[in-house]
Amino acid sequence: MSKTIVRAVFLLSVISLTGCASLSIEPWVKPYERQNLADPIMSASRHPIANKHVAHVLDGREAARGAEGAEGGGCGCN
Amino acid sequence: MVVVVTKLNSMQKMKSRFLSIPKLVGSLSLGLSIALGLVLNISSSQAAVLGADRVDVLYHSYEGGGMKIDGPSILLRKKATESVSITAYYYLDSISSASVDVLSTASAYTEERNEGQLGIEYLHEKTIMSFNVRQSDEDDYFAQSFSFNVSHDTFGDLTNISMGFSYGDNDIKRNGDEVFEEESQQYRIRASLNQILTRNLTASLSIEAIADDGYLNNPYRTVRYLDNSTPSGVGYQAEIYPQTRNSFATKLSASYYLPYRAALFFHYRYFSDSWEIKSNDVELGYRHPIGDAFELELKLRYYQQSQANFYSDLFAYKDAQNYLARDKELSDFDNMTIGIGITYSLPDSLSYGSSRSEASLQWDYIDFNYNNFRNPLDEGGVGNESLYGFSANVIRAFYSVYF
Repeated sequence: MSKTIVRAVFLLSVISLTGCASLSIEPWVKPYERQNLADPIMSASRHPIANKHVAHVLDGREAARGAEGAEGGGCGCN
Repeated sequence: MVVVVTKLNSMQKMKSRFLSIPKLVGSLSLGLSIALGLVLNISSSQAAVLGADRVDVLYHSYEGGGMKIDGPSILLRKKATESVSITAYYYLDSISSASVDVLSTASAYTEERNEGQLGIEYLHEKTIMSFNVRQSDEDDYFAQSFSFNVSHDTFGDLTNISMGFSYGDNDIKRNGDEVFEEESQQYRIRASLNQILTRNLTASLSIEAIADDGYLNNPYRTVRYLDNSTPSGVGYQAEIYPQTRNSFATKLSASYYLPYRAALFFHYRYFSDSWEIKSNDVELGYRHPIGDAFELELKLRYYQQSQANFYSDLFAYKDAQNYLARDKELSDFDNMTIGIGITYSLPDSLSYGSSRSEASLQWDYIDFNYNNFRNPLDEGGVGNESLYGFSANVIRAFYSVYF
């Protein structure tokens, strides 16, 4: 039994190590290719004060909570 | 004396039974440790940036279901140095309530809620650490909390990893009852991964676990039960919630830049908790510039949830089970939001000095449909009234100055 575990761990180690080595992924979108993403119209936090209000309105009327995003998280609003 | 039955308190929305807090925090700690390991092991050389200096002044209004809530809000963000930024936030809710709960068992009421937040952000190379404290004050509910977040850019700034935790402490009172005094605590732990996928597409995955402990029900709300000994055939007793609630939310978001300079946004969130509430919400947003000065925003959102396992619109008899709830926010319901917004960038001639200003107006229309919450004021007899539903108009008018 213990031999099987040792073999499994060894095999997993080899796979993960070689996997990492073969996963030499380079960042595929260069900084100079990000002008569209940097456009303010793409910003999820374009209107932070409005986002806070939206999160507060929903927080008081729905049971769901959490993972709202940068503005909503951790509010714990009444 | 004004008797209050319902309020928009977060305590309306808490409880649990199955996951213990240490177990929940333990399993999340493991996830965060892995994420932290990733952050520390992947290094890079380009710096992240703090947000721009700005001040936003907002008037908000919510009207629907017999409730009218409005007030001002202000958000200030200013760099103290190149690597430190300060934020301050103030928010006021002025509430006038004559909701269906209030009208069926009590009298309308008015009240105010004041909220303040202070935050500090520290930038070090590609890492931003932030600390935030918050306080909210009402006649019968006093809440304090703090939160800590770390965010790190990596992989040629294609990837951003962030994580954080919050702790909140709440003191609950009941107006007209000097003896009543309860408290609750809330713990939050979260992580997210934001990834640039193409030159036009980004996606993010966020998770957050929340654990509540303490007095989680609304001290004013009652449940109703069949009672043949009364002329109306219905009796009322106080709600009883469990002392704990654990929840977990996962959100997937994507933003896409359209070829003609417009943006599409997508969000999907799945939520579940130890009260057996499950919910899904999906949102589509669209932002479109009109000329150089205007920007149009459209939003469509659908939300659906199942009810808590101790919820009932009408219990068969008094003390029918250990835990009792008739809060419609814990019932089976769905809602649909349609939103529209417009932002106007003011010309330089109308801005002060070198600052830049914008004026925005947003309107959301929300339609709520309850599938197991009946309107006790309707005809039809106890338990046969029509199902409740209402619509709300939400307005935000705000002015933003970048300086």
